[in-house]
Parts: sequence; C-alpha cells; structure tokens
Amino acid sequence: MSMPTHHPRALWCALWLLLASAVLLLAGVGVGSTGFESVLRMADEPVARQIIWDIRLPRTLGAWLAGALLGLAGAVAQGLFRNPLADPYLLGSASGAALGGAVAMALFGSSPLATQWLTRVGVTGMAFLGAAGAVGLTLLLAKGVQHTLRLLLAGVIVGVVLGALRDLVELASPDILQSMQSFTLGTTSFVGWMACALMAGAWGVCSLLAWVLARALDGLTLGEATAASLGLPLAPMRVGLVAALALATGTAVAQTGLIAFVGLAAPHLVRSIVRVTHERHIVLSSLMGAVLLLAADILARWVLAPQELPVGVLTAALGGSYLLWLMHRRTSQGAVL
Amino acid sequence: MNSVAVSACQISASIGKTPVLHGIDLQLPAARWTSIVGPNGAGKSTLLKVLAGLLPARDAGGEVGLLGRPLHAIPVRERARLLAWLGQNEGSADDLTSYDVAMLGRLPHQPWLAPPSAADHAAVEQALRTTQAWEWRHRPLAQLSGGERQRVLLARALAVQARVLLMDEPLANLDPPHQTDWLHTVRALVAGGGTVVSVLHEVSIALQADDMVIMAAGRVVHHGACREGATHAALEQVFDHRIRVRQIDGMWMALPRV
Repeated sequence: MSMPTHHPRALWCALWLLLASAVLLLAGVGVGSTGFESVLRMADEPVARQIIWDIRLPRTLGAWLAGALLGLAGAVAQGLFRNPLADPYLLGSASGAALGGAVAMALFGSSPLATQWLTRVGVTGMAFLGAAGAVGLTLLLAKGVQHTLRLLLAGVIVGVVLGALRDLVELASPDILQSMQSFTLGTTSFVGWMACALMAGAWGVCSLLAWVLARALDGLTLGEATAASLGLPLAPMRVGLVAALALATGTAVAQTGLIAFVGLAAPHLVRSIVRVTHERHIVLSSLMGAVLLLAADILARWVLAPQELPVGVLTAALGGSYLLWLMHRRTSQGAVL
Repeated sequence: MNSVAVSACQISASIGKTPVLHGIDLQLPAARWTSIVGPNGAGKSTLLKVLAGLLPARDAGGEVGLLGRPLHAIPVRERARLLAWLGQNEGSADDLTSYDVAMLGRLPHQPWLAPPSAADHAAVEQALRTTQAWEWRHRPLAQLSGGERQRVLLARALAVQARVLLMDEPLANLDPPHQTDWLHTVRALVAGGGTVVSVLHEVSIALQADDMVIMAAGRVVHHGACREGATHAALEQVFDHRIRVRQIDGMWMALPRV
C-alpha cells in the first residue's frame, strides 16, 4: 500500500539503457575504416574476422566499460561530496590518475600499447594510487567538503599542479611522449581484451563497494550530523567510497586516458529522468555513463571517417557545453552553485 | 519525581579555538518536553549537539548520560534507535523523494543491506501523516517549499520512533497552523512517554513546554518549570527586559516591550 511507485520507473530506465547499450554495441562493431562489410565478410575472411574480433569488439566494449566506470565514479563523487558539480575530472582525481600512469610508463618503459598483464596492471595500479592521492590532496586543500566553491577551486588547482608534474615526468623521459599524447587526449583506440578484462573486474569491485555503501550516501544527503545520528559509521564508509571512486577513475584513465565530463553528465541525466536512492542511482548512472561514452566513441569514429577523432576531444567539447548549460539553468533558477 | 532521560555533567565545548560552553550541568527529566532558549550565540545549538553526541570528542569535554547510561558507552546503532536528531540547515536531500527521506529515519532499525520491513513502511506512513506530508510523498524535496520540506524532515526524525527526540529550531519555515500541529505532535509524543528537547527561538511556543532551560554566554542561567514566576523573570532578564511574559487565555506568552 505504501510502497513508493517510482521504482518501476527506475527499472524501465535501466532496461532502456541496457537496450541502448546492445544497439550501440552492434553499431560499434559495424563502424570503422573498413565499414560494415567486415561484419558481413567475417565468416570467410580471416582479416575481416581479426578486425572485428581483435579491434572493434574490444574497443567498443572498452568504451562501454570506461563509460560505466566514469559514470559510477561521478555518482559516487557527487553523493560523497554532496556537490552536484563533483566529477572525477573536476576533483583532480583524473589528473592524479594520469600522473600515476605517466610515472608507471616512465618507470616500466611501457606504452599504452603494452599488452603484457604486468605492465597493464602496473599502470592501472599507479593510476589508482594517483587518483586516490589527488582526491586526498583536494580534500586537504578544501578543508573538507562543506564549501562548494573551495572544493572545486581546490580540485582545479590540484588538477593543474598534477598536470604540470606529469609534463615534467614526460620531459624527463621523452620516449613516453608519443604514448602520453594519446593518453591526454583520451582515446579508446588502444583498448584490447586485456584492458577490457581489467575494467570489467574493476567495475565489478566498484559496483559492489558502492552498492554496499550506498546507504551512507543517502544518509549524507541529510547532512553530516543527521547521518551520524542515524548510527552510520561515516569515517570508514567514506574511505571505502573514496577507494571506489579512485579505483573506477584510475582504471578508466589507465586504459582510455583523460575523458572529461562523462562522470559529471551521467548522474545529472539520470536525475532528470528518475530520482531514487543511491543504491539504484549509482547503477543507473553507471549504465548512463556507459551509453554516453560508447555513443560518443562511435560518433568520434564516424564523424570524420575514415579519419577518427579522439573521443576525449569530443566529450570535452560536448560536456563543456553541457556544463555551461547546467550552470546557466541553475543560476537562472536562483540556486547557488 | 520523573527519571532522568538526558543528563550533562560539566559539559564544556569549543568551536575552533573559541570556547562556547562552560561547565554545564543539566538533568532533563524523562517523559517531559524541555525547551532551550536564550539570545543568539548563547550556545544552545552546540549544547544540543553535545547532548546528542554529535560534536567531535576533541571539541567537547564532560560526561553526557542517556537514559541512565553514559552516552559514549552505548553502541552507535543502539544509540541511533534511542535518540533521534533533527538539525537545522544541514543537508537538502533535494534529489530524494519525501518518502525516501522519511525512510532514512528507519536506518537504525534495518539490518545492513536489508530492504525496509512492513514495520518500517508503517512507521514512515505514520510519521508522514503526522506532519501532513503524506500527500506529496512521491515528490522530491527540491520541488517543495521551505515549510513543506521542514515537515518531511520532521517526519524523518519521528520515523526513528526514538524515546528521546532532540530538535534544533524545528519551527523554521513553518507557518502558524503547522506550528500548532507541531505543538500537538510534541504533546502526543510526551503523553506517550517520550522525551522531547527543543531549541526554540519562538519564545511563546517555548513557554508551552513543561520545562525551560535558559542559556546565556555558554552557561545555563535558569532551569525550571515553564509556569513558574522565577522562569518568567529569568526569561525577561536574559533578553534584557525587551520582552514581557504575560498570560493570555490561560497561556503564557512572550510579548515585545514597546
């Protein structure tokens, strides 16, 4: 009798996003320099099969997974910092992940093309540490999460400083310059099956962690004191959520480089469709991020075909406009950012 | 003589490096409504936070007791079931529906990761109906007015069904009819054996409580029954005789001295 009626809507939203994912996955396999023909000739041509199986499929799946990780990271960040503008990019954690990745490449002499498990895992691990360190640094500089402007400014400062450090690392070891460039632009072209497996694993871990700790995020919407009065162990839960945020960001950045605004836009789009508690919100945001990034990736491959645009450039352009519109809408509604 | 619900012994507290409370001793009786009043900056909200155990230990000193036990010795989840808190201007919870917000009050009763039980749904419905927020239970808080939002937050606190309810400025944004409703709600809680402690700026409403704690400059200057002459005198004194306490239709009211 008293069950809220909006949960069916969340279910429908999830089903639509899964359907969109399936359609986009098919489209992603079909789009490329050799066109849809490769799919048709896959059965009898080994080259066509290789294009589909070793290039397009992992890349398409990789874009979906990276988007899922970024959407999840965005939803966790916005809930954790009680700030609708929090995003892995704006909080400096993406820059931290990129710095970690650069240090790992300089140390191991590897490139994003490296397919050996150890180097992949090494770069991902360093990116995770970099992301976690950057979030910590941002929080330290902002002296907590209460003040929106201070938090965002601290995030921007941390992002710029860590970006400068990354430049220094690149200058010190010029042989990684080439691979770092694709890293900073943000691209899915180097995603192979191994990267997919890593991202899928991280996505599983992060989803589980976020799902288990989602109640802390619900409680925090009522403010720190009220959340504490409800008996929630906030300190360990925060650590767990920052770990999920850093792991999701670090893993995505280590495989696809810096892809902006997916983490910011996905939770906002979900909220404009359905408002649910974080348990469901995080899952939906993750699916939304996956759909967004995969759609953007297909667009980036198709719009200048046979040339292709790094998808990071596209999301930065589209996402930047979205952020401007969001700010405009919020200020015109009289809301304080 | 009633038993003591909330006790404070030599409470001191500071915010940053500024001392806010100085050696406060209080015994708040059970099954009664106590209102805390005083001028701005008297330390009322800080005292309430200390009584709820919500001020970090490094900022607060002294001993707080809840229902005869030391507060710090009660496990946090059990404490959350015994004592409910309603703060002021804390979070907005804009993106959650009224129903989901009220359901957060049931967190201390739910096993980890368990879905809400029938008892939880019943408690939430009762709380939302009590504050007349049931009508818009499916609307997100972002779409509610300040007063409507406050009624949802009050329902959230009521849904805990705790024996002790601490409220900081619960009447913020409420219009006069809903202030009256709030008064009835508190009276019903107390009649049912609950203990209510509220920090109030509306002195006339505060005078409808059973007992009154009057604070100034981080100290308790008076603690007594609301109908006593000494309480009225202390009240006029603490507000620099800018108000008068008078009886109108059998109720004690604070009127501005013009």
